[in-house]
Amino acid sequence: MPRGAVGRVADWVAAHPIPSFVVFFALFPFLVPYKSLATQILVFGLFALGFNLLYGYTGLLSFGHAAYYGLGAYGTGLALAKLKVASLWPALGLGLATAVVGGALAGFFCLRRRGIYFAMLTLAFSQMLYFVAFHAADLTGGDDGLRGIPLHPLTLPGLSISLRNPIAFYYFAYVLVVLAVAGLKRILDSPFGAVLGAIRENSDRAVACGYDINRVKLLSFVFSALFTGLAGALDALRLTVVPVESLYYSTSAQVVIMTLLGGAGTFFGPFVGAATFLVLEDRLSIFTESWQLVIGVIFMAFVLFLPKGIWGTLTGGLHGR
Amino acid sequence: MPDLSALAAQVFTGLVLGGILVLMAIGLSLIFGLMTVVNFAHGAFYMLGAYVAFSLLGVTKSFWATLVLAPLVVATLGFLVERFLIRRLYGRGPDDPLLLTFGLSLAMVEGVKLLWGKIGLTVDPPKQLAGAVDLGFMNFPVYRLFVVAVTAVVLVALWLFLEKTNVGLIIRAGSRDALMVRALGLDLNRIWLLVFGIGIGMAGLAGVLAGPMRGVYAEMGVEIIIECFVVVVVGGMGSLVGAIVAGLLMGEIVSLTTFFAPKLAEIVIFMVMAVVLLVRPSGFFGETGLAE
Repeated sequence: MPRGAVGRVADWVAAHPIPSFVVFFALFPFLVPYKSLATQILVFGLFALGFNLLYGYTGLLSFGHAAYYGLGAYGTGLALAKLKVASLWPALGLGLATAVVGGALAGFFCLRRRGIYFAMLTLAFSQMLYFVAFHAADLTGGDDGLRGIPLHPLTLPGLSISLRNPIAFYYFAYVLVVLAVAGLKRILDSPFGAVLGAIRENSDRAVACGYDINRVKLLSFVFSALFTGLAGALDALRLTVVPVESLYYSTSAQVVIMTLLGGAGTFFGPFVGAATFLVLEDRLSIFTESWQLVIGVIFMAFVLFLPKGIWGTLTGGLHGR
Repeated sequence: MPDLSALAAQVFTGLVLGGILVLMAIGLSLIFGLMTVVNFAHGAFYMLGAYVAFSLLGVTKSFWATLVLAPLVVATLGFLVERFLIRRLYGRGPDDPLLLTFGLSLAMVEGVKLLWGKIGLTVDPPKQLAGAVDLGFMNFPVYRLFVVAVTAVVLVALWLFLEKTNVGLIIRAGSRDALMVRALGLDLNRIWLLVFGIGIGMAGLAGVLAGPMRGVYAEMGVEIIIECFVVVVVGGMGSLVGAIVAGLLMGEIVSLTTFFAPKLAEIVIFMVMAVVLLVRPSGFFGETGLAE
């Protein structure tokens, strides 16, 4: 069936993911109404990318990804605000380490059950973390959020750049997200990535083929927590505050919506979905306070009629999934 | 040594909380056992029950009429949701109904805020059930005893329905082997519609009962659905006995933790869940492999 120019462009992009990503997002801040929206889309796209590795590629639906996002944010935020770490890199490293350790622990428990139980368990663990952060106000700031995160300049050998300029911050995040996207591509193209697909399509058969699928799932969970944690850490720097809601159920809900709108199991779906969600939120909230009602209805329509999401439908489901 | 009568009151409060959890978890478990649908919107229907009760009280001026009518209104909405939304998804994976009802719960929370306002509402218990009763060793609010009684009556009625009626027999058979029931020439679509309505109606009833104790607010559904998920994981999804045992146990654990270590009250059920997962991953009464 002949498809329009949009479909052909989408196919070309899907066939050349990394160059397309690098070029498109280099120009992106000049295509949106304001720069902060561009950074937000980039960061939430990365968050959805982490979620998509687990749901779209491994077939494990997590309703608790706020946990790893929040752990990354609090890890980095606490390093800067409480431990007084004087440089950006160790703070980012601590955020990633917190998210990875949290992901490994939660993954160990949640992977004891499969299917829909897994979804419920991930949700329960993230809520537990939320309540812990809420009550440990001395450390986390509790309900007020973690405040007073200093934004140190970016230091590289022989170079120091202030990140206070929104454009500078965008390109700082851009470089890290490009690295993450390239890392995801590397994971998916590896034999390990092929096993993820095997687990998603038929996990009993993957077991019969001799794969230790629990180990593979846990590793996929930890990688997912790593990408998600990086998104959280970047958001802590972007906002210079970590609201306690970053660990709340609503944050997990957002990333589920974004990924499914864009297309689960597609390479660019998470970024398309993050952009769609955030632009919708931005536009709808001008007209109505009940924008989440509209998002909820749109989401239901997608589950019913467009389960491949926007990007998955554009590329005809030939690539990725 | 803590005051014994205060402790006893806390045990009773735990029973009340457990009763609400059981009403919720049984519906969730029943729907799942038969249809392998995890109804994420179960909490939203609970919330809707409380709001509908608030409005019906204003119209009918009678708590007793409201107690009967509000769950019926909510159940009717449940019928529509099954018929026009969830039915389209049978045959896709179990994730899809979960995602759909998740979207539905989002829309319902915002819809309720649009219709009834963002600020929480308060509902008073009826005059006949106001005040406290002297149980000999302590005083306890009459309304809470009434909630426990209603829960018990509903559970007995549900048990009689499932065990003693023909429709109940078909429901039990359908949850064992839907294909076989179909092969015998029975229309399972109508049974599914009925079970979904019953489960939703029970969630609505739980909301009606909870309103005068906990207040009526849009986020009440999200809070309880997460507790219900813990209950069904601990009790074993699809097991009605599991839902009752785990629901009452969780009610007591939360209530007693509130008494001895209030800061841990919101976290303790998750800790219990983690221990159960380590020791007995399928839950108290769960069968491994059910829709996994």
